[in-house]
Amino acid sequence: MNMNKKKAWIYLLPAVLFLALFLVYPLIDVFVYSVEEGYNFASQTYFGTGLYNFSYVLHDPFFLQAVKNTFILVIITVPLSTGLALLISAGLSSVRPLRDLFQTVYFLPYVTNTLAVGLVFMILFQKTEYTDGLVNLMLSWFGAGPVDFIDGPYWAKMFVLCFYTIWIVMPFKILVLTSALASVNQDYYRAARVDGTPRFRVFTKITLPMISPMIFYLVITGFIGAFKAYSDAVALFGTDLNAAGMNTIVGYVYDMLYGDSGGYPSYASAAAVILFAIVLTITCINLLVSRKKIEY
Amino acid sequence: MKIVLEKLTKTFPGRGRKARNDVTAVDNFSCEIPDGELIALLGPSGCGKSTTLNLLCGLEQPTSGKIFFGDEDITDLPPELRGVGMVFQNYALYPHLTVKQNILFPLENLKRKDRPSREEMMKRAMETARLVQIEELMERKPRELSGGQQQRVAIARALVKMPRVLLLDEPLSNLDARLRLQTREEIRKIQKETGITTVFVTHDQDEAMSISDRIAVMRSGVLMQMGKPQEVYDNPSNLFVAKFLGTPPINVFEGRVREGLLYIGEEAVLSVAGTTDQDVWVGIRPEGFILKEDGPMTCELKRVEVMGRDISIISANKACTGQTLRSIIDAEMKVDTSSSQVHFALKPGKVFLFHRETEERISF
Repeated sequence: MNMNKKKAWIYLLPAVLFLALFLVYPLIDVFVYSVEEGYNFASQTYFGTGLYNFSYVLHDPFFLQAVKNTFILVIITVPLSTGLALLISAGLSSVRPLRDLFQTVYFLPYVTNTLAVGLVFMILFQKTEYTDGLVNLMLSWFGAGPVDFIDGPYWAKMFVLCFYTIWIVMPFKILVLTSALASVNQDYYRAARVDGTPRFRVFTKITLPMISPMIFYLVITGFIGAFKAYSDAVALFGTDLNAAGMNTIVGYVYDMLYGDSGGYPSYASAAAVILFAIVLTITCINLLVSRKKIEY
Repeated sequence: MKIVLEKLTKTFPGRGRKARNDVTAVDNFSCEIPDGELIALLGPSGCGKSTTLNLLCGLEQPTSGKIFFGDEDITDLPPELRGVGMVFQNYALYPHLTVKQNILFPLENLKRKDRPSREEMMKRAMETARLVQIEELMERKPRELSGGQQQRVAIARALVKMPRVLLLDEPLSNLDARLRLQTREEIRKIQKETGITTVFVTHDQDEAMSISDRIAVMRSGVLMQMGKPQEVYDNPSNLFVAKFLGTPPINVFEGRVREGLLYIGEEAVLSVAGTTDQDVWVGIRPEGFILKEDGPMTCELKRVEVMGRDISIISANKACTGQTLRSIIDAEMKVDTSSSQVHFALKPGKVFLFHRETEERISF
């Protein structure tokens, strides 16, 4: 090993140590826990090793419900929030007056506390003995009956959760997309104008390909973020998510560790590993697709 | 297609709420560009030449004035209906499309009734590509091309619609020196082959002089002079044009006319009979000096630069506005470098007089 290589490793050492200690070691630990059956925190003992934890988790109705909820959430919110963000950013970059004001307004949800927003959503959607809530009031104008969005039917609760998630993730996407749109060289648009390109064609043939790397970045991080959803559900439905039927995979992991029915680190680890596998697969698919689509 | 600009003016609103200083980029610009010629819009940066080009192609609307292509008033037409092809300074090739797709792009934009068939479009794209010699690059992406090749693709994309007028914005500024010489010849060749009236913008007078049929010299939005390159060089209408054209640049002196004689400093250097007595600016082209023992003009010799074909004498004169003046003489002349002084006679055709205040040319 020559001098330069040694130097390089010394420079890297702090980061490597830090990552090894707080990222690699816990990750390996989770994999180890997930195959240790009946692991007990207090006594640090376990019965044996095997795949029983996975089998248990995969047969647990609460886990299956959580997986279903998470997938519905991901499939609905990622495309919708990205698409809406794209529309809003395209709109924002084509208006001139008050653009800064609009940008600030659209960015506000990003700086607002999740739980505070959850409270606001509860007030908007919840039906209590005293009031039907603002949303139900508006529904009644169109002749639709009051629906309890917080404690009512599954689809209503899922609707609120998706609505809330989209609302909370959009500001960041709008921010990224408006700056991506602003960074497209204006000469492309001028060239398109000289050639008389219709507006829709300019958007699909020039703007979209130009900002496609940013869109794929948002889709990938959006998928990962949505798979890790938990606090949003808690903000809306409280901590007993299994009872509400609105648990997510991360929520299930948390419940297994610390919840009222908790104390099972092995099951929690198995669930976490399954989540890891799902996210890894989806991300790989995303990367493969994006590599095919973005090539300049 | 003949182009006529009539009293064209473009004003941009100024910044600042209290004192709004509107910027006049193009000021009362009138000229006529004959059919099939290559015209250079020449001027220092910020003189309004690019704005003039944008007005021609329709990306900007004039504040007042009119533009005609032939007899047709196109002032209010949008760019796509004017029949112009434009090559941008950075080429503006779409990076995600291949060369072929880039060239086809303007054709695919046409409304369905005007759009040629797929085969016809391909045929035209191939013809245009052949014209600019990029047939073998059709499947490449712009980033896989050199600067010169990208330029040709940009020209092909502008030509494929068969425009009536071709506009080029600083077409050579992104190329290195050697490629620049080669490319300007090619632009000239393509223009001659197609016969399309072409306007190109440049700040490089060499470029403008060498390939254009006519040059239009601009300064602060105003057209200073327009004409064939040699005419403008030999007959500058004012001091600005005289200073802007020519490498090495013209030497400018403070001078005065007294009783039919032109004085630079205390020396009477030239007879200018018939000119009224006044203070003037004297412009003398570097090639306007004749090395002569008993010449009337005395300068302090600084150094001699041998260029092979000819030699440059760098000398100083108190009346000169620059620190030194440069004269180019035949290499066969012998210069006595041991002497501290050098004497010149002047060629009358290379000496120009300009009014001291208005800087307009005074003929003699």
